[in-house]
Amino acid sequence: MTWVRRGGLANLLFLLPLLLIFGIFSWWPIIDSFVISLQHTNFVVTTWANPFWSNFTFVFNDPTFAIAVRNTAYFAGLALVLGYPVPLVLAVIMSEVKRAKGLFSVLAYLPVVIPPVVSVLLWKSSFYDASATGVFNTILGWFHIPPQPWIQDPLTAMPSLVLEATWAAAGGTIIIYLAALTNVAPELYDAAEVDGAGIWKKIWHVTLPQLRGILLITFILQIIGTAQVFLEPYLFTKGGPVQATETVLLLVYQYAFQSSDGGSNLGAATALSLMLAACLAILSAIYFRATRGWSQN
Amino acid sequence: MKSPRKAVWLAVAGVAAATVALSGCSGSSGGTGANGKTEIVVASLQPGASAASLAAFNTQVKTFEKQNPNITVKGEEYNWTGTTFAAELAGGTLPDEFGVPFTDSKTLANNGQLADLTQYITKFSYGSKFNKNVIDVAKDSKGHLYGIPFSPYAMAISYNRADFTKAGLDPNKPPTTWDEVETDAIAISKALPGVAGYMQMTSANTGGWELTSATYSRGGRMESTASNGKVTVNSDNDQTKAALAYLAKLRWTDNAAGSNFLLDWNGINAAFGSGKVAMYMSGSDVITSLVQNDKVDPTNYGVTVIPVDTTAANAGVLSGGTVAVANVKDTPAQQAAVAKWIDFYYGQPQVNQAAAVTQAKALQASNQIVGAPSLPIFDKATYDLSQSWIKPYATSGLLANVAPFTSNIFSENIVPEPNKHTQDLYAALDPVVQAVLTQKNPNVDALLKAVDVKIQALIDADPDQAAIK
Repeated sequence: MTWVRRGGLANLLFLLPLLLIFGIFSWWPIIDSFVISLQHTNFVVTTWANPFWSNFTFVFNDPTFAIAVRNTAYFAGLALVLGYPVPLVLAVIMSEVKRAKGLFSVLAYLPVVIPPVVSVLLWKSSFYDASATGVFNTILGWFHIPPQPWIQDPLTAMPSLVLEATWAAAGGTIIIYLAALTNVAPELYDAAEVDGAGIWKKIWHVTLPQLRGILLITFILQIIGTAQVFLEPYLFTKGGPVQATETVLLLVYQYAFQSSDGGSNLGAATALSLMLAACLAILSAIYFRATRGWSQN
Repeated sequence: MKSPRKAVWLAVAGVAAATVALSGCSGSSGGTGANGKTEIVVASLQPGASAASLAAFNTQVKTFEKQNPNITVKGEEYNWTGTTFAAELAGGTLPDEFGVPFTDSKTLANNGQLADLTQYITKFSYGSKFNKNVIDVAKDSKGHLYGIPFSPYAMAISYNRADFTKAGLDPNKPPTTWDEVETDAIAISKALPGVAGYMQMTSANTGGWELTSATYSRGGRMESTASNGKVTVNSDNDQTKAALAYLAKLRWTDNAAGSNFLLDWNGINAAFGSGKVAMYMSGSDVITSLVQNDKVDPTNYGVTVIPVDTTAANAGVLSGGTVAVANVKDTPAQQAAVAKWIDFYYGQPQVNQAAAVTQAKALQASNQIVGAPSLPIFDKATYDLSQSWIKPYATSGLLANVAPFTSNIFSENIVPEPNKHTQDLYAALDPVVQAVLTQKNPNVDALLKAVDVKIQALIDADPDQAAIK
């Protein structure tokens, strides 16, 4: 009773909506997906998989699995090379701009505001049109460069997807970096200037070290995000051409919704999802452990 | 500061409000209405259908409700896809009546994912008249009936008549051999830069579907069944390789296949509607969707039979279609109502002159297609009779434009789709089709062998196949 009088019950009841919502929409699906990964179901009849791990072995034995893992790693790698430094460079440049800073911020953030489906369809039908009349191919034509296949060729499809994904997502990261840059004490730049540092030395010795904590977080967030890439391959290419853009999450989707067996192999889909989640969790744990010292001044 | 007691009640109210809000979620199927009528949601329109087609459908609904005052029908835009079926079944948002393609109906029936309508269908006036090969797709392994087939189609070549004329070709004499398709495609692409003279679908399982059709037309098969029932996948055959080599030649040598090689069913229909593709392979009844969704002018549309190699004994035309079925989660009253609707909407127009004329008039009044080419679900005589009833209402100019198909299809060998893991097979073949269109020298042999290994493993794991020694 004392616990109740001290407000314990009230606290619990106030917490209850949160617990219920997280429980129903986050924690229960995680537990449920683990259970489903050990089952065969067509949503009418559900049986336990025999042996229990058969959905996992099914995934491992699927030749598309290795292709999807390789492609996902390729997408993540390309996105890291192209997509990770671009927002940082743009944010640093924008922070140096004295006039119309707001305008540049709006322009950088605009692609984030455009619904992803709209921007993908725009890029697909106009920019990446492989005919000579496509937007990019028209521009290349001005320089006497022949039309490029973009998403129509297994070699160029994935880099094309990364290019669009970087364009679409950079704005959000730029805003984060810009906010972090405002927290860098101006005295540090003044001191560097007194020591004779130019713009590059100021960026290297002042800006980047001051952004270290944010950079470490955006790095792992980018890896987690790109490892779960789905929208671009699904909307641009459906995993083609010749499985060049088949990714892990696209394979999860295909297991779940494009199987001959009543439309769904949910067991394999959840098994692969859990494998991806486990890999990312382990990767994140190692990353945070390895970089624990780096993020501290 | 509020007292703990007040705070407790506030929290309880919050939880209750959240619970009430969550319990407001519900599915899209019908049930029993407040007026005691049985309500059913039927899927009889394609997503994106025009207001005119909706008007035609509503006219049909009014007629049905007049004949069945205890049933209320609500139409819903729905297009069966494997991608949404399982999720909608699980989520309880499937309509009460919907269509399932021939490739999947038997599997879903055997899985218990469709409602058993045997007791109703056997009582239909035409219940025993179905073509046995056609009605088989609506049965499970025990012979129970789960729906009735409608709109069976045969694979055909659709073409843009205006493009033929612009390229100096006669639109009334479409190609009859694969060589002629190639010659015409080259002529069109040369006369109309940027237009694909001929193209096939390549993604979302349609690449495999069309490659299978091209294989059939050359006398090959993707799957074979031994006398003991054992199914063997054989996509690595000469006819499939010939079909792939043909596509590669159109793309790399003739430059007559355009520049977009990632086309699914909707994508190629849109490309045809917007004039980017002049000739393509599709089901013979695609004109209905082309008019409803892609603004194709029926007078500018032509269709002919897919070329068949007359020198190959097994050569034939792939056919498919849709089975009208009921939601397995419906109540018995709803299933009975759905059976009545299926009879009214899909069955009677095939056998009853008044029903056929009523439906044709409703479609004609809303500028929808009447006379789209299809195949018989009963015998040829019944089909011809039903066609003669609706002939006066046929879309202007359409019957003449589809004549190259309708006058030749009945002399062809009609072949059903592969029956084991069909969608998996088609999905595995998509990348092979894409390979010949996007790579100059892909290793087709290795790609097809890999398809055979992958699909054979799935088939061998099926309980009925595993039981065969």
